[in-house]
Amino acid sequence: MEGVSKSYYLGGTEVRALQDVALHVRAGEFLAVMGPSGSGKSTLLNIVGCLDGPSAGTYRLAGEEVAGLGGDMLARIRNRQLGFVFQTFNLLPRLNAVENVEVPLLYRGLPGRERRRLAEETLSLLGLGDRLRHFPTTLSGGEQQRVAIARAIVGQPAVLLADEPTGNLDSVRGKEIMDIFRDLNVKGMTVVTITHDAEVARYAHRTVRLRDGRLVDGRDDAGRLGQ
Amino acid sequence: MNFWESVRVAWRGLAANKLRSALTMLGIVIGVAAVVAMVGVGQGASRLVSSQIEGLGSNLILLTPMRFEGGRLYARDAEDLLQRVPTISAAVPSVTMRETTGWQSTTYETSVQGVTADLPAVRNYRVALGRFLVAQDVASRRKVAVLGQTVVKELCGGTAPLGREISIRGEPFTVVGVLASKGSSMGNDDDDVIFIPVSVAQRMKGTNEVEMIFLQAKSGDVAALAVGHLRAIFRAKFQREDAIQVTSQDEILSAVSTTTRTFTIMLGAIAGISLLVGGVGIMNIMLVSVTERTREIGIRKALGARSRDILAQFLIEAVVLSVTGGMVGIIIGEVGASLLSRLGGWSSGISLSTIAIAFIFSAGVGLFFGVFPANRAAGLAPIESLRHE
Repeated sequence: MEGVSKSYYLGGTEVRALQDVALHVRAGEFLAVMGPSGSGKSTLLNIVGCLDGPSAGTYRLAGEEVAGLGGDMLARIRNRQLGFVFQTFNLLPRLNAVENVEVPLLYRGLPGRERRRLAEETLSLLGLGDRLRHFPTTLSGGEQQRVAIARAIVGQPAVLLADEPTGNLDSVRGKEIMDIFRDLNVKGMTVVTITHDAEVARYAHRTVRLRDGRLVDGRDDAGRLGQ
Repeated sequence: MNFWESVRVAWRGLAANKLRSALTMLGIVIGVAAVVAMVGVGQGASRLVSSQIEGLGSNLILLTPMRFEGGRLYARDAEDLLQRVPTISAAVPSVTMRETTGWQSTTYETSVQGVTADLPAVRNYRVALGRFLVAQDVASRRKVAVLGQTVVKELCGGTAPLGREISIRGEPFTVVGVLASKGSSMGNDDDDVIFIPVSVAQRMKGTNEVEMIFLQAKSGDVAALAVGHLRAIFRAKFQREDAIQVTSQDEILSAVSTTTRTFTIMLGAIAGISLLVGGVGIMNIMLVSVTERTREIGIRKALGARSRDILAQFLIEAVVLSVTGGMVGIIIGEVGASLLSRLGGWSSGISLSTIAIAFIFSAGVGLFFGVFPANRAAGLAPIESLRHE
């Protein structure tokens, strides 16, 4: 990511969420992004996650320039290369755990039996083997977040993106979630997480800080390309 | 994502809001039921009318003198026309009276028609007992009578008084035959009739004219030819166009069926408006649904749904709503039509094509009114819809 800026208009005034941010994330890295509210963390993650495009600058994912891609290609990238974990879990309330985990595979076009098998395997891996048919409202926060992680990783993405994954959880549950992230990272998955919490950042190989849309305290290993 | 997956996802979306989905569907149910019932009633009625006209006889042509235009018809015109027009196989002059008839102590008022021997062929009557009138009855002015079933029932208590005498306007007539039941045509009970020789009827009525001549064309193909020929003959004879009205059964049939078709289309169109209103209801609910589920759309997009997946999901929801409503509507419409038909006394007239059209139309309504909301859903930016609460 080079020279990335993002600005948008809110009630007629220009908000510069990101200014000239340069960041390289290496394959297999565990990166934490910290910063106060309004520092542009979420905007950065949205751009990394191909949910939003930069106003200026370039962003390459696995060497490919993302800016020129159409909506369907971006959807494909989100579906296959990226996994999202949100602070508020964002499970679909009308679907049970397995069905929630199946959603990315559904959009990948996998047949039903295959989807079910993968979803159940992934949930069992995360210790939810006895919660397969539970609906989100009947699960605890930690369980919901684990379902969300299962949904993010069921498609074997290269990169896992998390936006305050422990923000709505107590410290014990938060630690469980971060342990899962570390395990995934050890198995080779690149993890980028936004956090307020220095405890969480301790799991990361590297922490970058954002303030007012600028990268401060980068300690970025410039010159090395992203995955 | 394949089609059936999309249908499944859509179905779950609808099932989540059962009451709302049901109410939305109700609009389509009522619309489709109304169309099916109205068109069914219309078609049933038109079939009834057609069968009544066909019941008049086969390949029938009616000659009616317009007395004010100077038209006159006589019994011998019938024989004359039979000779002159080769496309005609039978000609029956007719004089009709309403008379009080008597049998033992019972009296009964009925239609007494003076006709000739060929009437059963022309008007599709069948003799059940005894015989019909013969040429000799007409020529000799015999006071003989052939009774319809209704007369047998009402006047004679159900047993045919074959060979015995009944009275018509006080004159004794010998019953020589009884007709098989024929039903009704053009709203008349064709069994409520007594046939006597036309010569006798003319004497009783004090006229030497006849009121109508029934002609039978040799086949349906030559009926139009015969009509043209007859018109030419009367034009030459009376020196004017409209002295004798020549009407063929086909003409009546086509005139009446044009009317009933118009009637059916009008009923269907009025019912169609309610289907349209149902469609607007679908659009409304789908728009509400899109707004409500903005976050869901955002999540799905973040997980890799393409715009067209979201479009398909909402479009299929709309179509599932309307098609399900349509099917329920077809069933209700059919039941309604058959009830109405029973009330009206004709057979229910729902054709397969009505059902097919109603089905296709309701699917079309769902598609048409679903496109706008579905498009709106598909066009949402993932980032903004995720932020939506």
